[in-house]
Amino acid sequence: MEPKRPDPDELLDQAMAEEERLSQGKLKIFFGAAPGVGKTYAMLAAAQKQREEGVDIVVGIAEPHGRKETAAFLEGLEILPCRMHSYRGREIREFDLDAALLRNPSLIVVDELAHTNVPGSRHKKRWQDVQELLATGISVYTTVNVQHLESLNDIVQQITGVVVRETLPDSFLDRADEIELIDLPPDDLLQRLKEGKVYIPDQVERARENFFRKGNLIALRELALRRTAERVEEQMVCYRRDKGVQEIWPASERILVCVSPNPRSIRLIRAARRMAAGLRAEWIAVHVEAHAQIKPSDHDLKLLADHMRLAENLGAKTATLTGQKVSEELLSYARQCNVTKIIVGKPMHPRWKDRLFGSPLDEIIRGSGSIDIYVITGDAAENSIKPDARTSSPNIKSREWYWSIGAVALSTVVARLTFPYLDRTDVAMIYLLGIVVTSTRTSRWPALVATLLSVAAFDFFFVPPFFTFAVSDIRFLATFGVMFVVAYVISRLTLQIREQAVASRKREMSTAALYALSRELARERKKERIYEISLRHIGEAFKGQIAILVANEQGELVVTRKLPLTFDIDQKELGVARWVFDNRQSAGLDTDTLPGAKALYLPMVASSGVMGVVGISPQNATGRFVPEDLHFLESFVNQTAMALERVMHAKEAHDERLRAEAQNVRNAFLSSVSHDLRTPLAVVAGAASTLLQKDGTLDVSDRLELLRTIHEETDRLERIIRNVLNLTRIETGAIKVNKEWQPLEEIIGVVLNRLAERLKERPLDLKIPNDLPLVPFDTLLMEQVFANLMENALRHTPPGSPIEIAITSHDSAVLIEIADRGPGIPVREEETIFNKFARSKDTGMGSGIGLSICHAIIEAHGGRIWAENRPSGGATIKFLIPIEGTPPSLLPEKELS
Amino acid sequence: MENLATILLIEDERQMRRFLRVTLQSERYALIEAETAAEGLSQAATRSPDIVLLDLGLPDMDGLEVIKKLREWSAVPIIVISAREQEGDKIKALDEGADDYLTKPFGSGELLARIRVALRHAVPKSQDQRDAIFTAEDLSIDFLKRQVHRGDREIHLTPIEYRLLVVLVRNAGRVMTHRYILKEVWGPSYIEQTHYLRVFMNQLRKKIETDSARPHFLLNEPGIGYRFKPDLD
Repeated sequence: MEPKRPDPDELLDQAMAEEERLSQGKLKIFFGAAPGVGKTYAMLAAAQKQREEGVDIVVGIAEPHGRKETAAFLEGLEILPCRMHSYRGREIREFDLDAALLRNPSLIVVDELAHTNVPGSRHKKRWQDVQELLATGISVYTTVNVQHLESLNDIVQQITGVVVRETLPDSFLDRADEIELIDLPPDDLLQRLKEGKVYIPDQVERARENFFRKGNLIALRELALRRTAERVEEQMVCYRRDKGVQEIWPASERILVCVSPNPRSIRLIRAARRMAAGLRAEWIAVHVEAHAQIKPSDHDLKLLADHMRLAENLGAKTATLTGQKVSEELLSYARQCNVTKIIVGKPMHPRWKDRLFGSPLDEIIRGSGSIDIYVITGDAAENSIKPDARTSSPNIKSREWYWSIGAVALSTVVARLTFPYLDRTDVAMIYLLGIVVTSTRTSRWPALVATLLSVAAFDFFFVPPFFTFAVSDIRFLATFGVMFVVAYVISRLTLQIREQAVASRKREMSTAALYALSRELARERKKERIYEISLRHIGEAFKGQIAILVANEQGELVVTRKLPLTFDIDQKELGVARWVFDNRQSAGLDTDTLPGAKALYLPMVASSGVMGVVGISPQNATGRFVPEDLHFLESFVNQTAMALERVMHAKEAHDERLRAEAQNVRNAFLSSVSHDLRTPLAVVAGAASTLLQKDGTLDVSDRLELLRTIHEETDRLERIIRNVLNLTRIETGAIKVNKEWQPLEEIIGVVLNRLAERLKERPLDLKIPNDLPLVPFDTLLMEQVFANLMENALRHTPPGSPIEIAITSHDSAVLIEIADRGPGIPVREEETIFNKFARSKDTGMGSGIGLSICHAIIEAHGGRIWAENRPSGGATIKFLIPIEGTPPSLLPEKELS
Repeated sequence: MENLATILLIEDERQMRRFLRVTLQSERYALIEAETAAEGLSQAATRSPDIVLLDLGLPDMDGLEVIKKLREWSAVPIIVISAREQEGDKIKALDEGADDYLTKPFGSGELLARIRVALRHAVPKSQDQRDAIFTAEDLSIDFLKRQVHRGDREIHLTPIEYRLLVVLVRNAGRVMTHRYILKEVWGPSYIEQTHYLRVFMNQLRKKIETDSARPHFLLNEPGIGYRFKPDLD
């Protein structure tokens, strides 16, 4: 067989987990077999050492329990003040998590990891406090005793007979970076106990005799040593895996444990965890919901959720299966997941039930094939409180009783009327019909009552002697029996079908609601719409008031939108939401964290982080969330988070693209401008330096030539700067187009006069009609258009070649054409020459800014500018200036004077 | 050699002052330099220059403010030197009482011409002192007869065209703002009706100029006003 190699995904996961852990604080656990072995002592000694090394260390909480040696170690250490809680009239010292987070040391000492916090604290358990500390990057020293470990809890109970209620999930122990076993031989411990050096809380005093027996201590010590050894071996495995040693990839075992609401499941889970740890196998806790089963009560669902959570805390994956038959579903899932061992509980129900309904266990064993089946005894002493059946059973409406009684009465009447024509068996059929009808309308008890009443009525009315319950023939008793059983079975089946229908309808509705949400979300591109849609859908599906909170720019959580469905969030509720946001875990109502809140808060977690928090407050105070609801709610919230993330990514991508484009344009513009500026500057600098250095040797004509060059180039510089300035001003909106009605000739005259010197050698053909109307335009800007166009025409055509300017008046615009006889515009550049940073490939001259400012100015006038090559050679730039509005009236001169 | 006139230059840029110093002193003008508006104002009061060259962008005071202060007590001709950014201030400066303007960069020829024009107009002539006939190249105006000739050819002008021409000719070489011309020719209620001026100016050009698209006498100062071509001394 080929050795199993780590696959890349697995390695990546490892690397990511490793990375995540690096950002977290380090956890060191001082682990002991029993109280009094010296854990706190060892921890504080280590803390002192760290302090001496200059580590920023504080003591969050430490209990020296009046022991002098231990208390001495506290000296010199910074001790955080404790929070005082008054609970049931007593002041209780508690570790102050907020103070610790605020102080933010690099290392903190927190004693008694398994401690249960006073109700009203943020977390139920101290290890959750520690978890939060670690998540913020604070390293923690802590202590724990073996009896507090979840997976060993039952064994400890078996050994010592003491029920330990303060438990710690094994997964938490497993995540510890370091475990130091504080070991003390039992005899020494007993000696210390005698000397009064071991602190025992009052409430355990009673158990003291039992607990501190030598046999117990030995067993506990063994447990602690074994657990530590297990952990060390794990580290060894990790080490070898990291070093790429192949043999440690055994044919992987996978264990599956069946979990039910039955409290015995706890023991199964712990057993599975131990087995999994021993085999270094993955394990899965599975609950199978069979359709044939009656819908579990809310209490059962809660128990089941507790069991599943326990399994998760112990490191299991969990799954819930649904199917027709428990055994089939379980086995097919097990095969699918390559499970090698299945752990099931020993059946505790009477044997006849199996005979009657079949034994799932038997079916599992028979169908297991290559999978090993372990059947384990549940804990005989079930100390969990059974729910009071009456209070938990659903309210039976009086209507149902009417139904059951009415159906029997009606059946009796019908049977009575038809009795003369019918056989007695037919009468029984009529009653059965009545029971079926009743079962379709009522719940269990009315149906049963209808069954009993039917049998009684049958006896009373139709079995001789009539109108008495006495029976003449003993055979009728058998008839009653058969009738009852048949009726009962029929009613049960009918009820089951109905309940299944109800359940599946509910499930279908939830699925449909989820689908509707995701479909609607998929279409949206705006955050606000997503909030709105989610609020509406979640509110409708869960019959509660919803609030969506997201972080604003300052990082504060704010309620997104006030809708009719939104409930008010005060400072306290906001605190809960904040915690959820920071810790990415649900909190509030019906959870372990901050259960005092009036609403339940779930984080909207997407792949890139927490998008926000969804709060849901049940409409009526009693309407709590059952685990099934929670599961669905999570799906809704996740959908919302994913939609939000998608929107955010889309926006980011869009912004990024815009930024990149703007950057490109800016860069191209800058390089174009700097090129255009540098060329004349170089000429000026060169000419000036020649004049300075060779003043004596230059003849007059050369001097003049150089001076003229300098003069021309400064002109050019000035033009470029003016263009750049105007272009940026127009684009940033700093320049307002100030349109005035005026003759175009005037502005052309200005430009031609300015260029008079350079136009001397050029034949200029002006075609301006005499009756040209006034045109609205901005004088200065239009002057620049003409100047730039003329400039280009002069620069890009050979000296002496003619330039033509023609203006034609049209209905609502004037068309201006400036044509030359130069080389024309390179093919396909007719459009691009108006780009900000275009430059003709042939000439390499930066005409771009000049033309793009023309483009910008004409556009600002509502006109259009374009370039054409003339058929007879040369280029034409044409532009239209619209004549919009009415020109101002002009009084004839006579009336003026 | 005697100086032609004393010029006060208020300009904060050293290079600009150097260029103007060389240019003006070579033309036999005496030059007083001031770096700040405050210094410039005190120099103007104590040295009584014949002409002031004022940069609008001074570090300590707005150039317009300087014109206002000067005009409170002095009629000395002021030529404003402005950079591109102060384009909008040019009209304001002229309206405040500046006599002319130059936009940076400018050539020395242009500057000297403006200075000559300003100096010539500095001494206001009374009605009867004025020349009865104005000539520029082949254009002549007989103010008494109200006749305009281009060479031998008489040009017929409407009363408004004539008034317009006279206003510009009387201030030949100086830039006249739209508002000023409108007020002088049409009256104070017309100072915003720029299009009147433009239309009549266009008509006038067509009558006087050889090529109205390339005017020789009636020059347009875009955005500011008009100027009758300065004499070529």
